[in-house]
Amino acid sequence: MSALAQGDRSGMFQIRIHGRGGQGVVTAAELLSVAAFREGRHAQAFPSFGSERTGAPVVAFCRIDDRPIRLREPIMAPDALIIQDPTLLHQVDVFSGLVPDGYVVINTTRSFEELGLSEFLARFRRERICTLAATELALKHIGRAVPNAALLAGFAAVSGRISLESVNAAIRDRFPLKIADANVAAATEAYNYVTQEMREAAHAQAD
Amino acid sequence: MTYQPIRFYQTGTFTVGNRLLPDDQRSVQANMRRTNSLNSGHRACQGCGEALGARYAIDAAMEATNRQLVAANATGCLEVFSTPYPETSWQIPWIHSLFGNAAAVATGIAAAMRVKGRDDVRVVAQGGDGGTNDIGFGCLSGMFERNDDVLYICYDNEGYMNTGVQRSSATPPAARTNTTMPLGESAGNRFGQGKYLPAIAMAHDIPYVATATVAELHDLEAKVRRAMEFRGARYIHILVPCPLGWGHGSAETIKIARLAKETGLFPVLEAEGGKLTNVSKIKKKLPVEEYLRPQQRFAHLFRDPPRRDVIDRIQQMADRNILRYRLLEDVERRA
Amino acid sequence: MLKQTEGSAAVAEAVALCRPEVICAYPISPQTHIVEALGRMVTAGRLAPCEFINVESEFAAMSVAIGASAAGVRAYTATASQGLLFMAEAVYNAAGLGLPIVMTVANRAIGAPINIWNDHSDALSQRDCGWIQLFAEDNQEALDLHIQAFRLAEELSLPVMVCMDGYILTHAYEQVDLPTQEQVDAYLPPYEPRQVLDPASPISIGAMVGPEAFMEVRYLAHAKQKQALELMPSWTDEFKRIFGRESGGLTHTYRIEDADTVVVALGSVLGTIKDTIDGMREQGVRIGALGITCFRPWPTVAVRRALADAKRIVVLEKSLAVGLGGIVSNNVAASYAGSPDLVHTVIAGLGGRAITRASLHQMFGQAVEGRLEPVTFLDLDHAAVERVLAREREQRRSGPIAESILRDLGVVGARIG
Repeated sequence: MSALAQGDRSGMFQIRIHGRGGQGVVTAAELLSVAAFREGRHAQAFPSFGSERTGAPVVAFCRIDDRPIRLREPIMAPDALIIQDPTLLHQVDVFSGLVPDGYVVINTTRSFEELGLSEFLARFRRERICTLAATELALKHIGRAVPNAALLAGFAAVSGRISLESVNAAIRDRFPLKIADANVAAATEAYNYVTQEMREAAHAQAD
Repeated sequence: MTYQPIRFYQTGTFTVGNRLLPDDQRSVQANMRRTNSLNSGHRACQGCGEALGARYAIDAAMEATNRQLVAANATGCLEVFSTPYPETSWQIPWIHSLFGNAAAVATGIAAAMRVKGRDDVRVVAQGGDGGTNDIGFGCLSGMFERNDDVLYICYDNEGYMNTGVQRSSATPPAARTNTTMPLGESAGNRFGQGKYLPAIAMAHDIPYVATATVAELHDLEAKVRRAMEFRGARYIHILVPCPLGWGHGSAETIKIARLAKETGLFPVLEAEGGKLTNVSKIKKKLPVEEYLRPQQRFAHLFRDPPRRDVIDRIQQMADRNILRYRLLEDVERRA
Repeated sequence: MLKQTEGSAAVAEAVALCRPEVICAYPISPQTHIVEALGRMVTAGRLAPCEFINVESEFAAMSVAIGASAAGVRAYTATASQGLLFMAEAVYNAAGLGLPIVMTVANRAIGAPINIWNDHSDALSQRDCGWIQLFAEDNQEALDLHIQAFRLAEELSLPVMVCMDGYILTHAYEQVDLPTQEQVDAYLPPYEPRQVLDPASPISIGAMVGPEAFMEVRYLAHAKQKQALELMPSWTDEFKRIFGRESGGLTHTYRIEDADTVVVALGSVLGTIKDTIDGMREQGVRIGALGITCFRPWPTVAVRRALADAKRIVVLEKSLAVGLGGIVSNNVAASYAGSPDLVHTVIAGLGGRAITRASLHQMFGQAVEGRLEPVTFLDLDHAAVERVLAREREQRRSGPIAESILRDLGVVGARIG
């Protein structure tokens, strides 16, 4: 598509979230939109409309802009990807359309090398890509394998597009107190972990 | 009003002379203050059982509810003959929506009354066997299951009479209708498994279920009155012979209805909370032939040679009813 | 109050603020979240007095609403797709009886093949049922239209259907301005029925009407529905005064002042169309859009006025009149003073097929250059269609068409766009 055909939409930031039914993929997109709304921005979150059962691949989308968002097409050229389930990497073309300077957050305990992604990801900016053991954090804090809150915090840390406070506030808007506390704890640990990783990576590059 | 406490029985009928009874035993129909809910001047055929049944039932319901009654009516004969535009025979608030939704419309009315705090206003839904057994069955079952505060009355004339006499799932085996013609080897309507709605209603465990015929006015009125003592879903199934569709004389409606009961083909009973509480005993068991023979819809069974096989199967149905509902129990014990 | 929330939740809030007294619920995607939310409000006592009834079918849902409305209370339900078809007989009946029921239709395709995604086939199949039909472009408008719908329905004693795109709007989180109870109460007076089932003054509703009067009854339905064409625009000032925002009216125009090409559409796709138009405007293309908010009654005068200076018209619709082409385009052509040859039909987004700026840009470009066919199926996979047709020519038992197409495409539901 020509740049002109996009209209003046340079300020829009688009996030695509991949996961499986039951992992809170749609909720993640919705929480992200609430977090952006709390920061005074316009946001639109919507699922990949389908009657998906637990375990099926699910996609959800979130757009953030300073102006009202009218666009209703799915996000085909995301500025950021959140991948909630690494087993999707070789099943669905999750990286489809990712912009060259885009952000990627993958929920995994493994390295890019182990995932067989190091060559592919070399095309992108290393400091914008991170892995996060979000399911482990979820199990630790929440007791259930719902990695979405931790991954949103990871995205907040790696991109700086949204604050941890807003993510946590969105979580508290949504869930009853105890569940919210657990998710906030997972998110906060994830945020700190990714921030630390980024700092170390930056130091390594500087060295 | 004064009365003479004289006991007097007419001979040759089971009818009790109303005017000779004490006030509290008289029928609503015998009362000059009856509401005439379905007023005269409607367009029903001569001898219409449904018109009688509706008049008896709704007048009784009006008295039982202190005239705070609203009715929803399914499409069918009753609806068509009672409201030829721009006239109406209904002296009560009455709505006709569709063929298959009378129970649901009544649910809506009952909900509206509840939300308005009008607990005194009661709701009746009524329809024929087509609107009850067939096309309205889903809505009826839903109303039962939710136990909505509605009395549903089915006027069962065993077929689609409004559209010109076609078979419904309430049409008895061997009956001739325009879609079950006895041609060649066919003996009219096929023997299916039956679809006895009173039992289906009882299976919902609703507060009250009853059957009645237009032959027994006191019984019918008493059942409507009893039904109105309950809150929740109630069902009364009234057998209403149709001179047109059944092919009997218009003066024979009551007699045919009584024969349906006395042969055992139409059990007259009551149930509360899914349990049978009362059955009307057969006074003198009659063979089904006596019921079948006066009706043109069964005439093909009595040609030369008669279809004894079919008549026997119908007798078996009656015998099974007698056994299942103990319609003869007391008589047998006495014997 | 500004809130970031789901479209269904926003609509449920709006409906609750309208104080419905009977709500009938039967689940069908994608309207389910709306009645779920309303059910929670009733159970929690937030919405009272109100009877929330879980019915056994959509046919029963509309029938219960008919009974409730005829008994003089405000009745609401919601449905979609097959559900709307299943209740169709009662939908016509509610209109014929003149009962002011409000219903949300979360627009969804109609099977077979079964498809749960968005298009307008359901609502447009009921275009002649006698209901007023309003289409929302975004969730704010969906919310506002429900408040207007109750007032319109009760003023005219006619039912109103508020159509919002299934999933695209019902499941989208976006910012909405939720009104207060005081605002809604100021706009929407208590329901005062024109006819009511009341033992104190018995009437018969739903009598049989023969040839001597049926035409007159139908004419009145037509004449009454057309009154909405005057009422809706006349209420926009009042709405703005009370709620502080523009909403309502029959149509909305976008950059049509000097437009040679005007795109006509209903519902949420207008947003994507507007973004595409902005892009083309930057290239100097004189193109604009006309959004139809009120589809029934059809706003003939407003459409004619909006299209008066257009040299070509593209009607983009999420519906198909099989054997003809467009449904909306037929209505537009009848309102366009110019040659019907200049009205192009574009069938798009059926069964949830994404309508992208890229495709719209290309197609609008063709229209501007005069290269657009009279009827176009946007992003149709011609090769896949050809393969099925070829197979049918080759063998008698070619199998079910839907399975045939899916086998050719090889994957189910794996595409993002």
